[in-house]
Amino acid sequence: MASMTLRDVQKSYETVEVLRDINLDIADGEFVVFVGPSGCGKSTLLRMIAGLEEITGGELKIGDARMNDVPASKRGIAMVFQSYALYPHMTLYNNMAFGLKIAGKSKEEIDVAVKRAAKILHIDHLLDRKPKALSGGQRQRVAIGRAITREPAVFLFDEPLSNLDAALRVKMRLEFAKLHDDLKTTMIYVTHDQVEAMTLADKIVVLSAGRIEQVGSPHTLYHHPANRFVAGFIGSPKMNFIEGEVAAIGPDHIVVKLAGGQQTAAVDGTGLNVGDKVTLGIRPEHLAVDPAGQFQATVTAQESLGDHAFVYASYAGAQEGLILRVPDEDEYVTGSAIRLSADPNRCHVFNAEGLACPRTRMLAAA
Amino acid sequence: MNEKAPIWVGVLGWAVALVIFMPIFIIAITAFKTEQDAYSLTLFFTPTLQSFHEVFERSHYLSFVSNSVIVSFGSTFLSLAIAVPAAYSLAFFPGKRAQKTLLWMLSTKMMPAVGVLIPIYLLAKNAGLLDSVTGLVIIYTLINLPIAVWMAFTYFNEVPKEILEAARIDGASAWQEMLHLLLPTSLPGLASTALLLVILSWNEAFWSLNLSSSNAAPLTVFIASYSNPEGLFWAKLSAASLLAVAPILCLGWIAQKQLVRGMTFGAVK
Repeated sequence: MASMTLRDVQKSYETVEVLRDINLDIADGEFVVFVGPSGCGKSTLLRMIAGLEEITGGELKIGDARMNDVPASKRGIAMVFQSYALYPHMTLYNNMAFGLKIAGKSKEEIDVAVKRAAKILHIDHLLDRKPKALSGGQRQRVAIGRAITREPAVFLFDEPLSNLDAALRVKMRLEFAKLHDDLKTTMIYVTHDQVEAMTLADKIVVLSAGRIEQVGSPHTLYHHPANRFVAGFIGSPKMNFIEGEVAAIGPDHIVVKLAGGQQTAAVDGTGLNVGDKVTLGIRPEHLAVDPAGQFQATVTAQESLGDHAFVYASYAGAQEGLILRVPDEDEYVTGSAIRLSADPNRCHVFNAEGLACPRTRMLAAA
Repeated sequence: MNEKAPIWVGVLGWAVALVIFMPIFIIAITAFKTEQDAYSLTLFFTPTLQSFHEVFERSHYLSFVSNSVIVSFGSTFLSLAIAVPAAYSLAFFPGKRAQKTLLWMLSTKMMPAVGVLIPIYLLAKNAGLLDSVTGLVIIYTLINLPIAVWMAFTYFNEVPKEILEAARIDGASAWQEMLHLLLPTSLPGLASTALLLVILSWNEAFWSLNLSSSNAAPLTVFIASYSNPEGLFWAKLSAASLLAVAPILCLGWIAQKQLVRGMTFGAVK
């Protein structure tokens, strides 16, 4: 087990900078998830930690040891690849034993380690098969088993569930959580699936365009996103963004003027001035149909999901339209007008640079 | 794509195969004719082994065969020993000029061999490698190296990079990666490369005729020795040719499935 520190880590390919200013502390035993859109650099960062990509600048430490120039095999890490990367010509037993054989362990030690890992992952009856004779889920387990046998200080997972079907993904997700509980080893997990990130992580690192946007617990990222990117990325369907300008600034709130109305938001308005352009952010589950609501939108579609439904609406201040979550039994006719309101304590405000105003709590919300 | 090919494709295929096979067929039947019969294309004759007896009396067939075997297999082994690490490096750690290097290697095959005959002859002479098996092995290795590198490179490109990366994390050195993963996973491809190199070396005539005469002479020189200024002795020439091509034909026959797979590797996904 080990902690990890990244200081000013940077990666460039010739003149193209793909990662910059990466500063991150990972505690011993923590489950950290790197999340971000395709091409944000999350897999590259993981590969740099693994030792498969050179670190162009900055410092990577595992425990107290600087790892920049340490070869992958000496970093005390194990990695599970998106494609599983099983050795196709070897049996599962040999797949899991390979690393230990290379390390010169005795046959008895190897046997104990492989059988222990196989038992944890319920693949002990498949050990003499070759990878091609296995299903996707079983291959995934072997890949994890191969990592476990080496008893690494840090586990790295590169989008390990993306090749599995939806049902199996849910099952394996739970198994990852259980595995972490059992092994209590530091784990770093890369995904573009925010549900995986939210359910598995102790700490989520949101990356975009080669830099860290925010680091925090799933709760923090959901309720206190640092900027508009994180607010839009975390949460599904994504947060509604409505353009407006500051109409008034109170001690624990601001009032945002919107097209055809205004909305109070419980945020700290320090640094804002009346008349400043801001973006109001409201999650679909926090936007309510309310006859006395401040702004009026036009219904464009309704999607029923069984236990609830999403209503899509157009609104002058929201370029991408609005989405709101409603009870499934409520039906809205396409083209009809609805009035909407939101609890000020549930509103987010982003300044012109996209940075979030710190949220406050209004006791008597207007 | 599971539809059967139309009949005309099959007919055309057989026709082309027959045209290609015809010279071998003519050699095969001529070898069993007398010198008198050999000048006619008749299929009706009394088979005789007379030409074979004369060939065996006149030449040390086994010495030519052993030279061919040593030179073909020796150069193939050496080519692969150089090509595998080269292709590994080009496929998995390509530098900026990897593609250009590959093209340059291939371009050497576009040059007519006779263009470098004199320099190579002089180099071989000064190094004392004229008419020596070692000299031929070196020359064959060099002329086949571009093909070996290209083919190995193609097969290695088919091996998922992650497998080697996983091995690297598992603690494998570059040699262990090659030995335990790359070679076993690309074995069918490398086997067909080896087979092709053996065939190319076995059939190579230009350098063997120019750089060897007796000590190191392989089967190509053995065949050529039956064409002399006094005229062609078709039956004996055919018997010698049949003896020369028979081993490699058998090898090709046994491994044809492997060879076809190797030649079309990567062409069809």
